[in-house]
Amino acid sequence: MPMPLSDLVFDKLPGALAAVRTSVTATRLVELCRHVRDDGGALVTLWGEDLRRDAQGFRLCVVLQHDNGLMVAELALPAVDPVFPNLAEIFPGAERLQRAVHDLVGLRALGGDARPWLRHAAWPADVFPMRHDAPTAATDLADDYAFVRVEGKGVHEIPVGPIHAGTIEPGHFRFSVVGEKVLRLEERLGFAHKGIEKRAEGLDAASGARLVARTCGDSAVAYAWAYAMAVEAVTVTSPPPRALALRGLLLERERIANHVGDIGGIANDAGFAFGLSQCSRLKENLLRANARVWGRRYPLDAIVPGGVRDDVDADAVRVLLEDLAVLEAELLRLREIYDNHAGLQDRFIGAGTVSPELAAKLGIVGLAARASGRAQDWRHALPAGPYAQPLTPVVRSAGDVAARVAVRFDETLASIGLCRSWLATLPDGELVAPLGAARADALGLGGVEGWRGPVLVAVRLDANARIARCHPHDPSWHNWPVLEHAIIDNIVPDFPLINKSFNLAYSGHDL
Amino acid sequence: MWHLLQQIRKVGIISEPAPDADMAMLQHELQEQIARVFGRALAIRQVDAGSCNGCELEIQALHNPYYNLEGMGIRFVASPRHADALLVTGPVSRHMAQALRRTYEATPEPKLVIAVGDCGACGGVFGESYASLGAIANVIPVDVAIPGCPPTPTALLQGILAAIGKRASS
Repeated sequence: MPMPLSDLVFDKLPGALAAVRTSVTATRLVELCRHVRDDGGALVTLWGEDLRRDAQGFRLCVVLQHDNGLMVAELALPAVDPVFPNLAEIFPGAERLQRAVHDLVGLRALGGDARPWLRHAAWPADVFPMRHDAPTAATDLADDYAFVRVEGKGVHEIPVGPIHAGTIEPGHFRFSVVGEKVLRLEERLGFAHKGIEKRAEGLDAASGARLVARTCGDSAVAYAWAYAMAVEAVTVTSPPPRALALRGLLLERERIANHVGDIGGIANDAGFAFGLSQCSRLKENLLRANARVWGRRYPLDAIVPGGVRDDVDADAVRVLLEDLAVLEAELLRLREIYDNHAGLQDRFIGAGTVSPELAAKLGIVGLAARASGRAQDWRHALPAGPYAQPLTPVVRSAGDVAARVAVRFDETLASIGLCRSWLATLPDGELVAPLGAARADALGLGGVEGWRGPVLVAVRLDANARIARCHPHDPSWHNWPVLEHAIIDNIVPDFPLINKSFNLAYSGHDL
Repeated sequence: MWHLLQQIRKVGIISEPAPDADMAMLQHELQEQIARVFGRALAIRQVDAGSCNGCELEIQALHNPYYNLEGMGIRFVASPRHADALLVTGPVSRHMAQALRRTYEATPEPKLVIAVGDCGACGGVFGESYASLGAIANVIPVDVAIPGCPPTPTALLQGILAAIGKRASS
């Protein structure tokens, strides 16, 4: 890895992901971030750790993606007044992560937006729940959040949420509009914050898997796999090849289920109920096949540290292959209907546009990035497990609802192809490898490209193989701010359509 | 347009005349009970009080053509003021507690509350903490809880039936 910062020492992290770590000073952290950004890299996530019980202060961990590998920069901070440089000036996507690290651990960025993000009214501003000495008793306070006001003649506000008019997760949207046109959208999230990181502390590896899989129910396979990968890294465990192929199968089926559901849901938000009926039927077929093969419509706990829980026998392989063939034929037919439906395309094309330039600047990730011309896909960039064959990311450049639908169609078809090839060549062998001894306090990283984008889980185990720290990261952190830009100058009635075309996570983000 | 119509004709009506006797009984019973107890459709308002979104996926699945939800007389409504029942997923995050209480207060009496999923029933893997209040019953009165992680659409329908039964017998 060519680095101008030659005094930094990079140690390779164990595990399936290509990742290194280094210790930095505040100045070096800023230089490193600048260098990575200028070189086309990105910020993945950041979190804080409380090390005061070990007679140290705090630690800020920043994960960057650079040159098809991950880089963890660790910055030691003092126990009193732990502050760090404002990375949002380099990566705009750092801002909400920095606000969250202040809310939870009390590490403060110097500059930038100082409003709380994940903290509403469940604990006071001077309590940091992820610190070891935080009081456990909660205090219910008055919730008073300073939304940005848009002034001007004829401007009015539309507050929406946290409870929305449908079966959707909770969050608040504040629109400032003139007539029907949206001047500004301000999101406020954190309503689904249920303390997942704190809950993980002290759990054994298996209980941690059940918890982390439920960070975000629609991406449970992605989270379970990323978590398992992180635990396997710190216990120096290699899952058997059959387990890896079956994990790939589960992850691609999760992608297919969500993409097909969204293709229907997006059409429905454009008034095309036919799309929803057809796609929800196809999704149901897939869930029923899951129930036949894995015993569960949503196999949330199918992936365990060390491997997978359930085998897929020859009969199941046949059932899955037959179902995929039917699904593929139906999808091709639906795509033609979508493409040729003038009324539908009229709603899709040009709605909620994120140009490739804006996408690059804001650090958008996942399927939304690929719809805005950015060929980013961790299955391609950080291939782990069964993704040995080079995978070509599906890319569109228009950056509108139409592009996000097109990416979903093409990725679903590509996923069907991947499932087919793994089912045809399932390696024989064990399903689980026993976990090795935990390397106490070593950092383990796991990451996969979930259907929405890259999911990362960082884990540290203690000497008793219990979780000392666990940080799950959802791709929605980077894409929620992009939605605020995508809606500008669109009309209010198009918001559900544009929002659905991103379909971002609340629970996965709120933790 | 021709392809669209062709697709509709080809797929036909797939609402299940129930895959098995149990499901047929369930659908029949739901329809009968709703007609008897309410004399009209049962209006449900769904509230996500902090779930992982897993339960929401199965509640959405209830709306797919297989389950013929509206055929049984079940309708999801946008406002609690139009609702006979609240279908609430959990755990209740502390940040959602006030919104949940207000939704409960806005629902006209007599009202049913159905707690969905292991988290809604007992707090699930998230339990009670600085950020989570756990079970729905810790925040508002609950008539019936539907365990499962997530509960299947069939389990959801059974739970709704149980709630109506409870209302009918009270």
